[in-house]
Amino acid sequence: MSNKPTVRKHNKLTAYNRWGYVFVAPFVIVFLIFSVYPVLRTLYLSFTDLKVMGDAHIIGFANYKRVVLDKFFWISLWNTVRIWIVNIVLQLGLAFLLMMVFSDMKYKIQGLAAFRIIYYLPNLIAATSVAFLFATLLDWRYGTFNVMLNAIYKLFGAHYNPVDWLGNPATAGHTIAVIQAWMWFGNSFIMLMAGVQGISKDYFEAAAIDGAGRWTIFGKITIPLLKPIMMYVAITSLIGGLQMFDLPFLMGNKASGSYNSIQTVMMYLYKFGFTAGTVQTGYASAVAYMLFLIILAVSIIQLKLFNPKEA
Amino acid sequence: MGHSIGYNVKKALVYIALVVLALACMLPFALMLVNATRTGAEISRSFTFIPGHALKENWNILFDYFNIFVGMRNSLLVAVPATALGAYFSALTAYGLAFYKFKGNKVIFGAILVFMMIPGQLSLIGFYQLCTKLHLVNSYIPLIVPAIAAPGTVFFLRQYTLSALPPSLIEAARIDGAPELYSFHRIVLPILSPGIATMAIMGFIGNWNNYLLPMIILTKNEKFTLPVMMATLRASIDVARNQGATYLAVAISVVPILLVFVFFSKYIISSISAGAVKG
Repeated sequence: MSNKPTVRKHNKLTAYNRWGYVFVAPFVIVFLIFSVYPVLRTLYLSFTDLKVMGDAHIIGFANYKRVVLDKFFWISLWNTVRIWIVNIVLQLGLAFLLMMVFSDMKYKIQGLAAFRIIYYLPNLIAATSVAFLFATLLDWRYGTFNVMLNAIYKLFGAHYNPVDWLGNPATAGHTIAVIQAWMWFGNSFIMLMAGVQGISKDYFEAAAIDGAGRWTIFGKITIPLLKPIMMYVAITSLIGGLQMFDLPFLMGNKASGSYNSIQTVMMYLYKFGFTAGTVQTGYASAVAYMLFLIILAVSIIQLKLFNPKEA
Repeated sequence: MGHSIGYNVKKALVYIALVVLALACMLPFALMLVNATRTGAEISRSFTFIPGHALKENWNILFDYFNIFVGMRNSLLVAVPATALGAYFSALTAYGLAFYKFKGNKVIFGAILVFMMIPGQLSLIGFYQLCTKLHLVNSYIPLIVPAIAAPGTVFFLRQYTLSALPPSLIEAARIDGAPELYSFHRIVLPILSPGIATMAIMGFIGNWNNYLLPMIILTKNEKFTLPVMMATLRASIDVARNQGATYLAVAISVVPILLVFVFFSKYIISSISAGAVKG
């Protein structure tokens, strides 16, 4: 850490350094009130029986026990993981392929600047807008997507049986995973590409002089040097993925049969934390900490798997 | 140019694949724009890329239900101050941590690293309870003020300060007798401005698109930000019955962020790249 001012010894310097407190004071105050306190408060509440209003009584680990024993918690966790896995495989797979294409030395594909802007576009749109756009496009009877498929089938003289993409438990989770991959692959691609561009040209030139082929260079230089970034993308995606909420929450329809197949942990938490009629604040707090512990555990496992030496 | 036919064919195929993917990214938006001008019946019967004549009708159905521009105004009232406060105070904090030696400096930096890893859901319930206690439900304060303490932004700007700001500049200013805050505003801020701009744009997009927290904090319709307002579309039978109006709502909601992107795409791409290299 190189946060040392270069002038030393002067008494005056101590006086200058006191200004540091002034500079960080607003951050520290707001941080304590709006970040640290809520996190600790949630921890405290997770050991209480607080419902909506009234007094909170400490009840030990009863909430945590209830979380562990509630099969709907585990179903929501499984839903979250299932959607996340399909999503991340598509998202990172596509980003990885694109990275290979644009970093290839033989074909020298042009237009990176333009393509990555277009690929990034879906990232910008608010999840609520994406949710309504796709919910409408994918509507079983009237949606444009099925109308298009129907037209294409007809072209080949076949009959298309409209699929209820979001209403059918068998397809709803995958549909959401694909939409999320569509939203985020551009982001992963830019990150991987930044990683490739960050690798010193010397490595590639030295390898080329030694007569290494494209694939050898890719496998022996690019991939190993990209590992930290892929790691970073995977972990941030997992942390985000386990908190998946907006899309399934907005696209799921309680009336349809698919709702139980796309209820995520965050939706489960929302139900007990904020949905009128089912609020059990203490229990919801325990759910939040359970999810945190799971995220922590998985992050550590991921770190060990990817970097056995450093961990 | 000395390349074999196979080489050229392969290269062409790669370009075609890239263009198809680009089209896949834009297709939903294209359909959205076209469908916003067609009636529900037309949309359910066929698809086309030729605009229809029902824009006015869809507009009326939508605006009978809500005034989407009120949501936009509310989103601006939240996102602009939150972004400005976040940018200014993150730069202030980052500079303080990077250039001053004082007790607690390392503790604060450690806390920043820890909170960058902590998922937001962990504070959600405590945060809501705090807002209830302070009578901040239906106020924009809980959506704006916490932006002052953005660990990720401070972390990024601290690294940026260390690499972009030569200590000799600050020393020279001190020798000239410049007050510390004056130096910060006149010397440090201008030098840090590219990094601050990058963070500010990402912050603005994040604030603008934020859904879960505003949904929890805001309960009055007239206070709803754009994403929260959009989410109420589901409750409207008239809009749900007419797909064209839904598409129009989505189309209008997307415009501001697209404008931001048109002007700032360079910053956005560079911020993601920077995040990747730092990580």
